[in-house]
Amino acid sequence: MNGKFIRNILIKTAILLVAAFTVLGLVNVVPSLARVSIYNHLVPGRVRLPYGDTPTKSYNLTISNLEMMLASHVISAGKKPTDEYRVVLLGDSSIWGFLLQPEQTLADQLNSKDLRTHDGKRIVFYNLGYPTLSVLKDYLILGKVVNYQPDLIIWSITLESLAEKNAVQSPMIEPSDLERLSTQFGFSFPAVQNQSSLLASFMDTRRTLSDWYRLQMYGFMWAATGIDQDYPLNPTLAQRDLEVDTTFEGCKENDFSCVQALYDVMEIGVKTANGVPVWIVNEPILESSGLNRDIRYNFYYPRWAYDRYRNDLDALAKEMGWTYLDLWNLVPEDEFTNSAIHPTPAGEKLIADSIAKQIEGYLNP
Amino acid sequence: MTILTVLILAAFALLIRLTFRSRGRGWVLLIASLLVIFWLQPSMPIRNLDFWLPVLTIFLTLFSWEITSTQEERLSRHNFIPVVFILGVILLVGLTRYLSVKGVITSFQPPPTLQVIASILILAGLFFALRLAKKTIPALLWIGFAVILGFFLVLKLPTLTRLTSSGLHLLMGQSAEHALALDIRWLGFSYVAFRLIHTIRDRQSGRLPQVTLQEYFIYIIFFPSFTAGPIDRIERFITDLHQPVPMTAEDLGEGGKRLAVGLFKKFAVADILGLIALNALNAAQVQGVGWTWLLLYAFAFQIYFDFSGYTDVAIGMARWLGFRLPENFNHPYLKSNLTLFWNSWHMTLTQWFRSYFFNPVTRSLRSARKSLNPTFILLIAQLGTMVLIGLWHGITWNFAAWGLWHGLGLFIQNRVSTWLRPRTSWLDNQPVPKAIFTGLGILLTFNYVALGWVWFALPTLQSSLTIFGKLFGG
Repeated sequence: MNGKFIRNILIKTAILLVAAFTVLGLVNVVPSLARVSIYNHLVPGRVRLPYGDTPTKSYNLTISNLEMMLASHVISAGKKPTDEYRVVLLGDSSIWGFLLQPEQTLADQLNSKDLRTHDGKRIVFYNLGYPTLSVLKDYLILGKVVNYQPDLIIWSITLESLAEKNAVQSPMIEPSDLERLSTQFGFSFPAVQNQSSLLASFMDTRRTLSDWYRLQMYGFMWAATGIDQDYPLNPTLAQRDLEVDTTFEGCKENDFSCVQALYDVMEIGVKTANGVPVWIVNEPILESSGLNRDIRYNFYYPRWAYDRYRNDLDALAKEMGWTYLDLWNLVPEDEFTNSAIHPTPAGEKLIADSIAKQIEGYLNP
Repeated sequence: MTILTVLILAAFALLIRLTFRSRGRGWVLLIASLLVIFWLQPSMPIRNLDFWLPVLTIFLTLFSWEITSTQEERLSRHNFIPVVFILGVILLVGLTRYLSVKGVITSFQPPPTLQVIASILILAGLFFALRLAKKTIPALLWIGFAVILGFFLVLKLPTLTRLTSSGLHLLMGQSAEHALALDIRWLGFSYVAFRLIHTIRDRQSGRLPQVTLQEYFIYIIFFPSFTAGPIDRIERFITDLHQPVPMTAEDLGEGGKRLAVGLFKKFAVADILGLIALNALNAAQVQGVGWTWLLLYAFAFQIYFDFSGYTDVAIGMARWLGFRLPENFNHPYLKSNLTLFWNSWHMTLTQWFRSYFFNPVTRSLRSARKSLNPTFILLIAQLGTMVLIGLWHGITWNFAAWGLWHGLGLFIQNRVSTWLRPRTSWLDNQPVPKAIFTGLGILLTFNYVALGWVWFALPTLQSSLTIFGKLFGG
């Protein structure tokens, strides 16, 4: 044993490490791996997209790879049955079911009604909501969902999800998505940092691999327990007494042009559906009866902004010929949980009843 | 420990081996181990405990060496210098409070210098007081033993730990309102205690060789095996300490391989299995027989890969330092009976208990109670040993139940094997039936051990019984 031997060992080790690092940085194994999943094979598919901040309690985690998320969802369980009329629900945490058990979500409550088309097909609802307020995020999901042969897409939105400031605030929106959308549609989003370095690729691949194996392992826990969310014991209720604040997303009263609502994304999204009907739903919000209710509806919305948004959306829907359901005040104040957009199970039932009635009217005229 | 911590320590071990030969090696190992016990001690909500617990480890080690040494050793000059050195390291670590408001070596800023100096003076006073004792005083050995057991009880008995936590909070000027047992996490104490008790008991029986203070300290706080073993014997360890130390290709290769395997087992396999291993939370949530078994098996393999991974890391690192630590695992889940399992699982622990409990108790019962049935003696000794091993993990009903499970299992297996042996001798010439018989034995043993993990993984008897119900369709 001498210094030369040690030196050779160290050099060879360094070369091996660099080679491995380079390969992992250059070879993108992610796209192929994302579609490999134990869900719908060894374990049942999840009934909502993966999301969770406390994985060890919720057996769920927040990841950014949409392919991976969809591969774990029950919508990826093989070919669409011939007797199924497939309805996809898009939206935010109110659709996803924040603080709701799986069977209490809008999709499950609709499924429990066992609705049928006039020719006897089962109308099956799939929860593709995701807990962030971003119409851009919805658009990305819609772009993938059309591959799953939906017969109807119900896209639930609210003003917050349209605000440009919120557009990119979603874990699943990756820099490459922003870059593509900016180029494709001429959107102007914040400048994206160049992520093309080898180190960045290596770190991205490493993170995605880590997400992948954790998502698979938590699939066993999902199957074993039926748990996909951590429910706090005493969640803070949505604010009822409101601030004396007429601004919205930093915009002064009545300056709606400052808001920069991304109606463009909705228009393009509907076109992306390739002929699949897309219904737009203005989701219910909490209408407070507390302090300063004359200025604000709730924590999120001053009255001027929200009323303007409703008018604009109604006009747009008419112009575009969209099927538009304005359910903004369907759910009473008491049927909201920790947020002005999170209904209780009873609140979701009201929404389910309304949508079911619309669908029955649409499919069985 | 994180991967980064392991890699840093491994690199450090390699550097020591390559840089220091026989001269100075002992000093470097001593200083490295002293610094590592401060560095690895996790932070706790009790102020400055991350400094005082390593100091307490040093105090116990110094005290144990003094009471196990001969007067000649105590008075020897070459044992005086290490004391100065050790106390100097404590002072230096304490003085890092002036380098940063956050910890440099310790998790948080060390205590005020006056307190550190006071502790050094106490240690020095103890050293000099015992130095003058003319011969080894037997009572002191028993006192040492009792002190270590006392600390053990405080750390492992939840009620006592929580009371101590409250007391320490108040002592440090903090509110005790939210004091918890988990606030006290003394890194490596369990294994330090085993090594200290081993030296005390061997001194009592006259088997302990003469060791210098430096050798003793390095043995007790040897950084590769400080946190999780293996539990080596001092005479074997000292032999390696004094071996010539040029690095060989074999040491480098074998050490590196064990390190790599250990890291993979612990940070890849065990951590992945940990996501679905049985625990208190998912035990209440799991539905279905099959899924309950999956969670249980995941726990069984997680604990194996976690522990054997740490052992591999320790053995690999030690090999790089020129030490051949004893093995701790030998494919335990592939053993065809429970006795073989316990001869293959955490081997150094079972050997320790065999030496310091099972054998002495058995001998004592046989000689003192000649009328006692040997089978009954075996039952007492096995039950006692396994329950003690259980309680070493924590003084709770669940760990006691786990120990009882294995103690009874060992006894029954021993009786059944004795009965079967003459009746199955024909299998020796029948390879296929023998293989089937062995295979069945492996399956039975593995599942018995796996079911035993229910007691180990869960915090209460009730939750354990509920899981047993779920496992068998209840």
